[in-house]
Amino acid sequence: MKRRHFLTLPLAGALRAFPLKFFTEDQAQIVSAATARIFPTDDSGPGATEAGVTLYIDRQLAGPYGRDRYRYTKGPFEAGTPEQGYQGEATPRQIYREGLKLLSDLPTLSPEQQDQRLRSIEKTYFFSLLRQHTMEGLFSDPMHGGNQDLTGWKLIGFPGPYMSWANDIDKHFGQEFRPKPQSLSQILNRKLTPWEELEP
Amino acid sequence: MINLPATDVVIIGGGWSGLLMAKELAANTSFNITVLERGKPRNPKDYIEGMDELDYALRYRMMQDVAKETVTFRNTVKEKSLPIRQFGSFLPGDGVGGAGEHWNGMTPRFLPDVFEMHKATVERYGKARLPENSTIQDWGFSYKEIEPFYLKAERLLGISGLAGNPMASPRSGPYPTPPLKQTYFGKLFSDAAEELGWHSYPAPSANLSQTYRNPDGVIRPACQYCGFCERFGCMVGAKAQPTNTLLPVLRKQKSVTLKTGAQVRRILTKDNQAIGVTYVSNGKEYFQPAAKVILASWTLNNTRLLLLSKIGNSNTGRNLTHQVMGAGANVFFTKPINRFMGSGSSNMTVSDWDGDNFDHSGVDFVRGAYISSPAYGARPIANFGNVPSTVKSNWGSEWKKAAIESYDYMARIGSSGEHIPYKTNFMDLDPVYTDNVGDPLLRMTLDWNDNERKIHNFINGKIEAIAKRMPLKSYVLAAPLRRYDAVSYKSTHLQGGTIMGSSAETSVVNPYGQHWQVPNLYVLGASTFPQNPSGNPTLTVLAQTYRSAEALI
Repeated sequence: MKRRHFLTLPLAGALRAFPLKFFTEDQAQIVSAATARIFPTDDSGPGATEAGVTLYIDRQLAGPYGRDRYRYTKGPFEAGTPEQGYQGEATPRQIYREGLKLLSDLPTLSPEQQDQRLRSIEKTYFFSLLRQHTMEGLFSDPMHGGNQDLTGWKLIGFPGPYMSWANDIDKHFGQEFRPKPQSLSQILNRKLTPWEELEP
Repeated sequence: MINLPATDVVIIGGGWSGLLMAKELAANTSFNITVLERGKPRNPKDYIEGMDELDYALRYRMMQDVAKETVTFRNTVKEKSLPIRQFGSFLPGDGVGGAGEHWNGMTPRFLPDVFEMHKATVERYGKARLPENSTIQDWGFSYKEIEPFYLKAERLLGISGLAGNPMASPRSGPYPTPPLKQTYFGKLFSDAAEELGWHSYPAPSANLSQTYRNPDGVIRPACQYCGFCERFGCMVGAKAQPTNTLLPVLRKQKSVTLKTGAQVRRILTKDNQAIGVTYVSNGKEYFQPAAKVILASWTLNNTRLLLLSKIGNSNTGRNLTHQVMGAGANVFFTKPINRFMGSGSSNMTVSDWDGDNFDHSGVDFVRGAYISSPAYGARPIANFGNVPSTVKSNWGSEWKKAAIESYDYMARIGSSGEHIPYKTNFMDLDPVYTDNVGDPLLRMTLDWNDNERKIHNFINGKIEAIAKRMPLKSYVLAAPLRRYDAVSYKSTHLQGGTIMGSSAETSVVNPYGQHWQVPNLYVLGASTFPQNPSGNPTLTVLAQTYRSAEALI
């Protein structure tokens, strides 16, 4: 039987283990180390770790996005101009597998060394995906596995997909208006299944 | 091939133009009408669970399935055209309602001289001022002729707006509903523009400011400013969409059949008459005979189907244009702006530098752009991360702190500029890449030229003048325009390819959308627009569809 891999996250003050769907534990540790430097936990608030960004990326890579469901993947594959956009043949899963090999010792390095290592790859397509996925894991609806406890939304004052601001849109000028953040599931008061689990 | 019983009219595409044509023909003729839509049916209830930025705005839940079909793109004929593997600079719609489901609802009229741009430019400035290789041409009718149809389209949708803008097109009647509520960003922008002596007006909006009953008896509620508009369907139906504005009427019409999942592959002709279409549905191929064929499947597919069907003339594919959207500034305010609230049309706009609203004698370009202050409701994945220019990285502690501090203090002044056509910008069939059924993809050859770059710089200057009068900590002005790219989103306002005109020598369809060579074939949509005005095209698409319908009735 295949060994099951887990990711442990510090959520609401307690450690919780989530079964991984795509990454091995080693890979998950590298992703956690890298995304924690992209969006660190520091004086300006919680970061990628508390939001569960690694769990989000794991779910995306396990699902249709990871196998390139949302891209035109017919060949021939040729190098294009920057204006023509990404033309590579590799799927997000393959890009991560290869990219993570280059960062295998990242979890053992000091934060300064980690930053230096990431700077050295920041022009790569892999890093651009890693950065983009960190943003998605911080700020997407929590049904997708990231933004745990609405960490990302609380940090920037985004209240979530409320149904109406009709009574507030022309008020609060120049004043912070910060309704309590709520997920789509909380607002609709029912459990939602994300697309990555619905689409074959 | 399965042969189906003949129908009087077959309409290819179930978006705004195709469904409006179906409604008009059903109401005014005894024709049997079949609408073929290749996407899925839509259920307005989907739009409540659809308030998910990741799936809808980033994974393009409502858009054409790029895995099945895309277009190839190159800047110039010297380069190899490669597929746009993920949509970026524009987002083709899919499913019933098409892009009319996930639009923002901005509905300005085109400026009067847009319809006679060649004539107006030459008369005022002389032929020598037409840019090199440009192929500007007149539509074949004047603003005066389309004005009553604009009014009709506005009443269909219930457009919310404020009349009296001296920089906008003249109106023969009031807006059906008053303008949307003012946002804080909109107010700050307007105050600055008015200080400069410019005219700031709310963008006419298909998101209703109040409950509205249209002439067909369809009632829609007021906008809730939830901030999930562009790339989403409206969960309350305040935003006019084909599914909430046209389908309620069409459902009652026994003469109209709407088939989904029906992908048209060819329009068949015999002796210069269209005889019907072939389509694929669930893996089976059908022939639908028809006495009249209406092509209403958006700019790219309209052009592609004519080319695949080998219909027409050497003009098919020419005058491909987009919009010049790049001029702008990220502005960082001294106070929070609660930018999560808004609607797709919450947008104060300045048209003083649009079209020929200003004298071009002293500048070295033609035409212009409108300047805007979109308050669409900022969603966090797409909008987090903008920082003042003093921060150099886009990751790490310093950037994170600045991005959090800036998040709700930042907005973007934008613009929408005209794109004139050139001989060098066109569409044809790609020789290499194919779609899911093996048909060649469309190939776009498209680049900016100096006229667009000059508009961009000029408008950037005007935007900077506004920014300097706003209560800001700092601003970051857009970089100069270089080459057209397929990556960054501009608008979904691609135009041309099956352009109209007063002569078969220079156009594909006549000013009513009737094909010059195949007279029982009509083409609807912005593919018929000879050049790209700054204004968002949907209202004009609807007005022009009404004109075509009158020709068919």
